[in-house]
Amino acid sequence: MDQGRTDIAPGRGPTDSELLEMYRLMALCRALDERVWLMNRQGKAAIVASAQGHEAGQVGSVAALRIGHDRFYIYYRDLAALVSLGLTPAQIMSGFLAKAGEPLSGGRQFPTHGAHAGLNLVNLSNVVATQIPQAVGDALASKMRGEDAVTIVYFGDGAASVGDCHEGMNFAAIHKLPVVFFCENNGYAISVPLSKQMAVDSVAGRAEGYGMPGVVIDGTDVSAVYEATAAAAERARAGEGPTLIEAMVERYLPHTSDDDDSRYRPRGDIEEARKKDPVKMLRERLLADGILDEETDERFSADAKRAVNEATEEVEAAPHPDPSSFYDHVYAGDTGGASSR
Amino acid sequence: MSVIDAVREAMREEMARDERVFVMGEDIGARGGVFLATDGFVEQFGEERVIDTPLAESSIAGIALGAAMNGMRPIAEIEFADFIWPTFNQVVGEAARVRYGTAGSLGAPMVLRAPYGGGVRGGLYHSQSPEAYFAHTPGLKVVAPATPYDTKGLLKSAVRDEDPVIFLEHKRTYRLVRGDVPDEEYTLPIGAADVKMEGSDISVISYGLMLHLCLEAARELADEGVSVEALDLRTLRPLDSEAILATARKTGKALIVHEDTKAVGVGAEVAAIIAEEAFEYLDGPIMRVAGPEVPAMPFSPTLEAMFMPDTERIANAMRELARY
Ligand SMILES: Cc1ncc(C[n+]2csc(CCOP(=O)(O)OP(=O)(O)O)c2C)c(N)n1
Repeated sequence: MDQGRTDIAPGRGPTDSELLEMYRLMALCRALDERVWLMNRQGKAAIVASAQGHEAGQVGSVAALRIGHDRFYIYYRDLAALVSLGLTPAQIMSGFLAKAGEPLSGGRQFPTHGAHAGLNLVNLSNVVATQIPQAVGDALASKMRGEDAVTIVYFGDGAASVGDCHEGMNFAAIHKLPVVFFCENNGYAISVPLSKQMAVDSVAGRAEGYGMPGVVIDGTDVSAVYEATAAAAERARAGEGPTLIEAMVERYLPHTSDDDDSRYRPRGDIEEARKKDPVKMLRERLLADGILDEETDERFSADAKRAVNEATEEVEAAPHPDPSSFYDHVYAGDTGGASSR
Repeated sequence: MSVIDAVREAMREEMARDERVFVMGEDIGARGGVFLATDGFVEQFGEERVIDTPLAESSIAGIALGAAMNGMRPIAEIEFADFIWPTFNQVVGEAARVRYGTAGSLGAPMVLRAPYGGGVRGGLYHSQSPEAYFAHTPGLKVVAPATPYDTKGLLKSAVRDEDPVIFLEHKRTYRLVRGDVPDEEYTLPIGAADVKMEGSDISVISYGLMLHLCLEAARELADEGVSVEALDLRTLRPLDSEAILATARKTGKALIVHEDTKAVGVGAEVAAIIAEEAFEYLDGPIMRVAGPEVPAMPFSPTLEAMFMPDTERIANAMRELARY
């Protein structure tokens, strides 16, 4: 926490075994991420938004919250959040291939989109920043019912420019709602660099204007992310209101599989970003600290590879959704085929 | 020339012709736009006239409107039409009423361009056809061309128009549809439909990508001895009632085709115009082929196919109508 307001009590850091588990999840997510990107190049996955470079932010923040109890509003880049929440590689991959039985939207939506009731997970749309006021309303509902769930909402630096972001943050601060605003700042919104997105260099700096604390953290460091999220969740549960966390991360692949970043991003910039590979950095750190050994590392990577291979086989063989489901769920009670109009 | 080339050339010519014209939108600078509509513009016109905006659609429309009210001619791009809804307030609520609400002392000569439409595996949020919402609004003009020639001529007219124009470009046509465009400068009138194929037995009335499917179906029908007249609306507000009525009176049978969902869509207005003013000429029911009544186009290929009207469905409707 090196910038912005730091008047929130430091949170608890992760234990060694939590660190090891976070590393396992990050390695699994990376293997899955690389596979779906490949499947796009093979013409099998229509669109991929990669989480590479963002994994520590997503995994570290989910790990600091209570899965199945706290509430998660994610966005399209949050593959690692999905992995952390416990969706299996096959479940996630079935979204990329839009197969029948895909758990979030039945293959109706872009990969990772839809919702999962059991996980209190919502990723409603591709429309940037719409999730921010939704998460605020979600937290309002929890507060009205006297529940102690914390709602975390993820968004990019570009999303911070949308009016919805301002409106949502303002309301959350007024009503001291249990929200954690988690900005994954990778410095780009497709091609638009931060300098054209805002005249300041920090999203978190705005927090003061709303009347909530804002912190800037190294989003490639899982421990920093875990701590900041735990502290923000603590505040939220204590009824002290929202916190804005700005996790500085890197995006070293193009915006999505449809993008050509060579049009706007210098090669050197990407090389520089790759040096902050959170998976590699965590691996080195855990090895150095004796929390991870080579043998365990090899097992993790073999397990990840096997899981991703098995998922690929399973999902490729699965059918696409049956066209007869097309008219289901336009309105409550719509099932079994016919248009209600 | 492709449709996207036509978009680019129209804007390039207008920017070169008139200093007041500038472009703004997300990723339109160094990236050249996600569909490359503004490829090379920063290099040619500089960052002052090619503005990479923050990710904030409401302000894109509102800022364009403000600049238009103060003598500029903005062309604002909404990256995908699915993200146009935050502009509704500034466009439907504000821009459309500027002239009326100032008793003519101010105008809003702005263009809001947006790639729309599906069949590109765009899912619920990169496939939508938003035209009906805007076409409902007096004070706005809504243009939806289908060919490179029409796109270039109409976009140039949109830029020169004194009133706000929503310019809808079907993204599937961008690279798919090619056609000749003359070297010399030309514009085409907003509000004029165009007979794309002469015929005598039935009329098909369409626009955008669907126009091309209609032409394909019409060629099939020609082989079966049915002569189809194809009218391309090109502008959805104001509708060219005369052209609509002329073809309906000529053939006595009208089929309207659009990708947007059917209920309260553009086709409903076209059908009403025919029913009100050419009823006595009709030899069959006015028919519509349109998108199904689900909120948006699903991602999975099997479900996307359920949404998109195809040539077969259109040809079958034509056959049914021809039998009357
Ligand atoms: C309202 C809206 N406008 C435009 C888009 C197109 N778009 C998709 S992602 C994106 C950039 C988002 O950048 P950021 O919020 O920084 O997140 P990142 O992708 O960098 O993680 C844009 C402009 C969109 N999806 N929604």
